[in-house]
Amino acid sequence: MKLLTLNFLTCAVKACKSSSDSFPLHPKECELVSDTIPPNPQLIQNVLPRLDWRALSTTASELGFPTLPENAPTLEELQKDEKMMAELHTLLLETSVSEGMLVCGNCGHEYRIKEGIANFLLPNHLV
Amino acid sequence: MTNRALELLDLSSPSLILDVGCGSGLSGEILSSIDPSEGGPHVWVGMDISASMLDVALQRDVEGDLMLADIGQGVPFRAGSFDAAISISAIQWLCNAESSEVSSTGRLSRFFNGLYASLKRGGRAVCQFYPKNEQQRTMISGAAIKAGFGAGILEDDPGTKNSKLYLVLTVGGSADEGTGGDITGVVKGMEGVDVLDARKKHREKGRREVKKGSKAWILSKKEQMERKGKVVKNSSKYTGRKRHITF
Repeated sequence: MKLLTLNFLTCAVKACKSSSDSFPLHPKECELVSDTIPPNPQLIQNVLPRLDWRALSTTASELGFPTLPENAPTLEELQKDEKMMAELHTLLLETSVSEGMLVCGNCGHEYRIKEGIANFLLPNHLV
Repeated sequence: MTNRALELLDLSSPSLILDVGCGSGLSGEILSSIDPSEGGPHVWVGMDISASMLDVALQRDVEGDLMLADIGQGVPFRAGSFDAAISISAIQWLCNAESSEVSSTGRLSRFFNGLYASLKRGGRAVCQFYPKNEQQRTMISGAAIKAGFGAGILEDDPGTKNSKLYLVLTVGGSADEGTGGDITGVVKGMEGVDVLDARKKHREKGRREVKKGSKAWILSKKEQMERKGKVVKNSSKYTGRKRHITF
């Protein structure tokens, strides 16, 4: 599960829909792997306005990455700064969680990740 | 089918796509192999309920992210996450409810509401599906409209054995001017597409008014009264005629 996807995932439990704590999901006991993916600067420019930067820095610090700058770079800054672009590419697309758990900050539900696949199936009473 | 769906989505730059019911990742492979000159490669996230199908996808080593999730339980993504969504031969399964605790209408509405929220404004979703009958088809498209989508159905090769139904959903108004933001705007400029707009026909029917005092008007009033349970005289060829002056 790429960190990019993690930045969009929320808790699936119905009662958590209205709570702000249900996003982002907190990774727990995670194993990370890194793949090599050809750089795709246009995609990063495309998703940048939709990224929740605060959530991304929370996730990154929880996974033990160096802290990110406080504010998200603007599109122009990113276009000029190739190093920034490469770092974002490594963080968002090449790093992925292979094993571990995602925990909701509101209800505490744990979603298991096995071989990179997160299990979001819920028992009927939580839907 | 995936290529046809991509054509309907009309994406011009690398995008984030949700693949609903990705199965073994066949359509995802096409998404990640789109040439840069055609606006690819796209990054996708696949959802499927079947663990064994996802296992096949793992062995094939697909590039997208996979999730084990039931789309009938909703789409667990933050609002406005995706540029587009694609679904190949999956959403007819929403009509099946495994136990009495869940209803097919509830599953459909949860799915379409979740999908509507997770797409960005101006985003599109194309769902290819095989409805069992006409009733299922209206049930699915009705649920999509209820969730707020601009919905329309595109039928390829109608009447033949390999006819394919594509439910084309749009969120909000389209970015470019002139298109209505629904399927008629999507297929505009495509070759060999006949537009059958059932809504327009319905609207015109309502607008045509009958002249007060005419025979048709009298007949419709009599019918109305009869429906209310009033005693109404029989209609004949003399109904609505003027009496002769010498009477």
